[in-house]
Amino acid sequence: MTDATLSFDEAMEKYDPVLGFEVHVELNTKTKMFSSAPNVFGDEPNTNVNEVDLGMPGVLPVVNKTAIESSIKIGLALNCKIAETCRFARKNYFYPDTPKNFQTSQYDEPIAYDGYLDIELSDGEVFRVEIERAHMEEDAGKLTHMGGAAGRIQGAEYSLVDYNRSGVPLVEIVTKPIQGAGSRAPELAKAYVAAVREIVKNLGVSDARMERGNVRCDANVSLRPHGRERFGIRSETKNVNSLRAVEHAVRYEIQRHAAVLDSGEPVTQETRHWHEDTRTTTSGRAKSDADDYRYFPEPDLVPVVASREWVEELRATLPEPPAARRKRLQADWGYSDLEFRDVVNAGVLDEIEETIAAGATATVARKWWMGEIVGRAKNADVDPGQLGVQPATIVELSKMVEDGKINNKMASEVLDGVLAGEGTPAEIVQKRGLAVVSDDGPLLEAIDAALAAQPGVADKIRGGKVQAIGAIVGGVMKATRGQADAGRVKELILERLGVEA
Amino acid sequence: MAAINRDDVAHLARLAHIEMSAEELDRMAGELAVIVESVKSVSEAAGDDVPATSHPIPLTNVFREDVVGHTFTAEQSLSGAPDGYEGRFKVPAILDED
Repeated sequence: MTDATLSFDEAMEKYDPVLGFEVHVELNTKTKMFSSAPNVFGDEPNTNVNEVDLGMPGVLPVVNKTAIESSIKIGLALNCKIAETCRFARKNYFYPDTPKNFQTSQYDEPIAYDGYLDIELSDGEVFRVEIERAHMEEDAGKLTHMGGAAGRIQGAEYSLVDYNRSGVPLVEIVTKPIQGAGSRAPELAKAYVAAVREIVKNLGVSDARMERGNVRCDANVSLRPHGRERFGIRSETKNVNSLRAVEHAVRYEIQRHAAVLDSGEPVTQETRHWHEDTRTTTSGRAKSDADDYRYFPEPDLVPVVASREWVEELRATLPEPPAARRKRLQADWGYSDLEFRDVVNAGVLDEIEETIAAGATATVARKWWMGEIVGRAKNADVDPGQLGVQPATIVELSKMVEDGKINNKMASEVLDGVLAGEGTPAEIVQKRGLAVVSDDGPLLEAIDAALAAQPGVADKIRGGKVQAIGAIVGGVMKATRGQADAGRVKELILERLGVEA
Repeated sequence: MAAINRDDVAHLARLAHIEMSAEELDRMAGELAVIVESVKSVSEAAGDDVPATSHPIPLTNVFREDVVGHTFTAEQSLSGAPDGYEGRFKVPAILDED
């Protein structure tokens, strides 16, 4: 059954959205949170486990020190306070994704709390998201529902369980309610999750691959009429696992809530399932007495004490935050705000940095990535970085253009050749017989012909309208099949017409 | 803490997926009430100067280095399982949760 929705604009006219996010980050430690079994993705089921992960009687969990350090680093990067003392608790529930019948998790004593993250939206507006806490817990096993509708729990006859993921260290980052985003709520949602992902990746504490579930997002949405302070009833859309999906899920939930409220009904407090194919959510499970987790302190684990010295030691190891790095790079490269934002939004910041490091100027690097490569990546439906363009290739191509060996149009053609695996730029230039016509004789002939063909334009240029020269240059390039150096052609035309450039 | 009553026991049984008869609920309500009362005497013995504790030994920071240790084979993992399929535990579908 499809839920009714209002248009996004109408929903925004009537209601004010409040958001909240729980982002789970899987740490990339070598071993699990409480056992020495390997933390590795993709192995044969139930082979990365030992007695602790399988919850056998009498086993003793021991905390992974690296996981604690990674968690503290995440807390610091999110501008959080780090708890001097914190503990683990047992979250009791009966479900086959945990063989212990409880999940070991922090509850009322998170390792990090009271932080914030400044999120830059695509137009440069900065929005502060407050972080309630970041706490440590362990991941659960993976269930595959068999029989009935494919992969869905509804109608399943039985489930198969793989505990390889069981006990993988997680840090759950919880925001405070996010108010005031208005119609930018979906965009902010995406930008926030992107920022968290970027931070944990930059810290090196997580592989941060959303498609593998390294970063998973639960998105809370509620609406209230404009001007009302009290929050509406929220829904929690679970496991929204791509940046695009986060934006779409928040947008959809806003539109769905608005329709429910418009009908005069209250919103049901429930979890929702996200469906990427239809970009809609469906009802999951209503809050019920089954959510009584009866937390109590984990008796098998002693408290974690983070001395101030230890915290400062870890703080000193933090890499430059992504936002600060962007500021530095923009200043170094001399890009305008708009140019820089386009580069960031196109996702080629790292690539441009590498290209400059390989010897290109900032202008050349941007011209190639933004002007040539981003478009090709879009056509191929991949990220620009995945096209396989090497910084050295760009440096070589731009050198050839500078030296007048080839022109920009040929360089673009050579790049196609490189991407098609035809060889290095030099090899392709030779193989395809590409070279700028440098003998002025044939050029002058073509220029005279072009001038004769467009006498009106020639007069304009003589009269001082130098910008009209493009039409003549175009004619010459056409006549020489693009083999001429456009800069040289321009010079020659001006010479021919006796005009000072 | 309020005394344990029959509804509390029924609630706990539901959480634990345990089916209990009316007689069992009555009996457990009485037994659990006695147990809770007995434990409660601890809070009478401990004054305000004694902080709540979850561990009898005052240890902190018992850590393990991040070094891979032993693992089971899938066969070993499943050796005590009632049912399995291709290296995975086979369990009944649970429909009221996800």
